[in-house]
Parts: sequence; C-alpha cells; structure tokens
Amino acid sequence: MTNPNINLKTVKDFIPDEAPERFIYKMNPDKHEIALSTHDLKVFYGDNEALSEGDLDFERFKITSLIGASGSGKSTFLRSLNRMNDGVATVKGNIMYRDLDINSSKIDVYEMRRHIGMVFQRPNPFAKSIYKNITFALTQRGNYTKDELDEIVETSLKQAALWDQVKDNLNKSALALSGGQAQRLVIARALALKPDILLLDEPSSALDPVSSAQVEDTLLELKEKYTIVIVTHNMQQAARISDYTAFFHLGKVIEYDLTRKIFTRPKVALTNDYISGNFG
Amino acid sequence: MRRLFDEELADLDSSFTEMGMLVSQTIQKSVQAFVDHNRETAKLILDNDYRINEREAAIEKKTFEMIALYQPVTTDLREIVTILKAVSVLERMGDQARNIANSTIRVKGTKHVPEIEAKLGDMGEEVASMVSEVMSYYVKDDAIGAEAIAAKSRDLAKKAGQVRLDAVNGMKEDAELVDSAADYLVIAGYLKRISDYTTDIAEWIVYKRTGKIIELNPGSSFFI
Repeated sequence: MTNPNINLKTVKDFIPDEAPERFIYKMNPDKHEIALSTHDLKVFYGDNEALSEGDLDFERFKITSLIGASGSGKSTFLRSLNRMNDGVATVKGNIMYRDLDINSSKIDVYEMRRHIGMVFQRPNPFAKSIYKNITFALTQRGNYTKDELDEIVETSLKQAALWDQVKDNLNKSALALSGGQAQRLVIARALALKPDILLLDEPSSALDPVSSAQVEDTLLELKEKYTIVIVTHNMQQAARISDYTAFFHLGKVIEYDLTRKIFTRPKVALTNDYISGNFG
Repeated sequence: MRRLFDEELADLDSSFTEMGMLVSQTIQKSVQAFVDHNRETAKLILDNDYRINEREAAIEKKTFEMIALYQPVTTDLREIVTILKAVSVLERMGDQARNIANSTIRVKGTKHVPEIEAKLGDMGEEVASMVSEVMSYYVKDDAIGAEAIAAKSRDLAKKAGQVRLDAVNGMKEDAELVDSAADYLVIAGYLKRISDYTTDIAEWIVYKRTGKIIELNPGSSFFI
C-alpha cells in the first residue's frame, strides 16, 4: 500500500554525511528584495581583526537578529552598517545600499545616517522636551514649518506606539519617561528622519519584561515600513520577532538562516550548542 | 558545559524508555493470556492498566514543566516533543493490550481453532518485540533503524489479513466457531493497530534525529 503521491525520500536523505562548519543563507534577488548587503566585511581595531567574512544580505521589511556571545563581533558588525565605527576601527569591504557602497570614503555619512538610523542599548533621550527630542535633528539640518514639525512628531510617535501616552505632555522633559517609553521615544526620534533601515543595538536589554514587550510590539509594527536589524542577547526575543537570524562567534558569522530554521534545526553544531545554552 | 536541563532530560528519557518496556511486556502477556485462555492474567492486565496511564500523565507533566522552565530549542526541543508525542502512542498501545485482555475475559465460544490462535500468538510476540525494538532505536537515536520498522509493520498487516481470511472461512464452515472467530478478528485488528503505532513512534524518532516530519507507512490505516 504505497501512496504514489508521497515523496519517496528515505530517512538517509535527511541525515547529512557531515555537518557543515558554517552556513550562510544566500538570498535570491528575484525572490527577496535586498535592502542592504555586506561583502567581505572585515573590521580591525588597530592590527587586531575583530570581524571577518561578514557576507550577509538583509531582506527589506524584515527583522534580522544578530546573536552571539559578548565579543563575538555582532555589535561591531551592526555599528559598521551605518559607519559608527569610523574613527574607532578600520572597516574594509563593501556595504551595498541602493547600489551604493556606503563604506566608501565618498559617502556623506550624515546623509547616509538619515537612511540608516541607529538605536542604542540604553535609552538616551536628550535633556529636552519630548517634542524637541524628535525635531532636534530635523531643525539642525533643514527648514520646517511648525505644522510640518507637528505632523512629523505625531507620525513618528504613533509609529513608535508612544503617541497615545504622551500626546498631552509633548512639552514635558523626555527624562521623565519610563525606560520603555524612553526607548520608544528614541525609536521615534530615529523614525523622524524617515530612514529606510533601522539598526538597534540591544534595544531592550536595559528594560523590564513589560517595557521590553512594548518595544518588541513596536518593532513588529515597524517592519511593515522599515527594514530592521537588531542585536540581541535575548534568544527568545530573537525567536519571537525576527525573520532571519545570524549567529556570530569569534568574529565570524557561523550561521545565517531563517529564524524558524535556526531555532528548530540549525545546520551547524556550534549554533545548536549556543542557542540551547550548551556552550563552552 | 553541564546543564541542569541535561540531567532532567536524562531522567525523562529513562522514564519514557521504562514505560516502553512496560508496554511491550504488557502486550506480550495479554496475547499469551488470550492464547492460553487465561482469565486470571487477563484480569491482572486490566487491573494494572492504570500504571501505564499514570506513567503517561507523569511524563506529560514533566515535559510541560521542562518546556515552561527551560524553553528548549533545536535538538533539546525535538527530544522533548518526541517524548511528548510518543508517550501518548505508548499509552494507546497499552489500551490495545487492555482490549485484548477484555476479549480474553468475555470469550464465550467453546470451540476454538488452535492454528489461528497459534498465529495470533506469533503475531503478539512479534508486535511486542517491535515495541522493544523501536524503543531501543529511540535510545540509540537511530533513525535509519527506526525507518526499517515500517517494513515489519507492513509484514504484520499481511499476517493480520491472513488471520481475517482464516477466521471468516472458519465461520462459513462451522457456525459454532462464530463466537471465537469474531474475537480472532478483533485481536488481529488490535495487534495490527499496535504495530502501526510502532511506526508512529519510529516517525517521531526520525523527527528527533533529523527535524523532518515524515510518513513511514502511508495508507496503512485500514482495518486488518
């Protein structure tokens, strides 16, 4: 009684002869819209190579998590993506964004950062009002009418899911906000510049679980309009919110794949050990 | 690195394999009791069925706890899921052994067919050993071995079909055989069902080893 419609693969076909040491998911540009990609990225602190062979594609409107132990190179990698390592480290290789290599010296870094925004680990609102936190960067670089600024403040705060909580207190100091609110304000501040890509370096590691969940909800809503790359130490967070996950170890990307694959059946033994806490 | 999780998982593993052995023994005894017309043993099997059910509940409870407390992923998760799924299959095997014991107790016919009973006895031995075998594949994490169980299960289905034919022919020839033969039919069905269940466990062993959910015995769930 064999059913001809059943795929007659045997179990042997599912057991690889040798487990690979690395696996990097390569996106098919016909199927995935690639927002950002790195080629042969290497980062040096002095002569010391902190990161090598970081070849990753980031899909548009998706969340990609970067995971790995401290010192594995994931934050170094993230910071390279909007040139935060300039003056700190030497970054070699290409970072392709809209057919431009943004790692080139010809790039206007400040203009590039309007497209690729960054949010850091600790919420760092300016010691200004909520309103001015959002408009500060805009007013430094351009001329906006009051109506335009109002509009941007409202839109950014709404996108960061903070509007309803602060709309009556826009002139109050941002320093009075709770940790979760402050982090969402910082996200709103980044969104005010209308970036394409949002980079987040452990955005909720300094927050309690409730605030952390609020930030996660916000990110899930934001991915409809933004491409998000997030460094996180919280494995469950990576599993919950991201579409892709890259595992970094000792300055190398060991495995990059769909998150659901990484967390159910990673191809590399090292990844399996790391995410199941069976490391070292 | 040694994890508390590993110790608990090892405990869970041994509870699960112990339960497998218990089920295998119960099946073997229940078939033997049927063949020997031994109502005492059959009654003992019914009385002890709760032990299998209790083990199932305890193992399930432990897996839920471990999922909640350790939030396992990848191979850890697959091992726990495999136990969680396979433990219910073991429990259902135990229920089939109980059904066989029930048949032994309520058997009314006075006229038997020793040849058919001998065939059923052989099938019972075979099924019980398939259960032990699949449990040893579980322990050894042997997906290739587990896959081979499917062929044995198909073989056993054929034997069940033969018993069905013998029983039906017996009934046609001699009306006094109807009571016994009707029992032969259902016992063959119970044994075939248990052997299908070993294939279900084999599928979970393949999942545990490879992460793939596959169908090892497509289209085999017809009665006898």
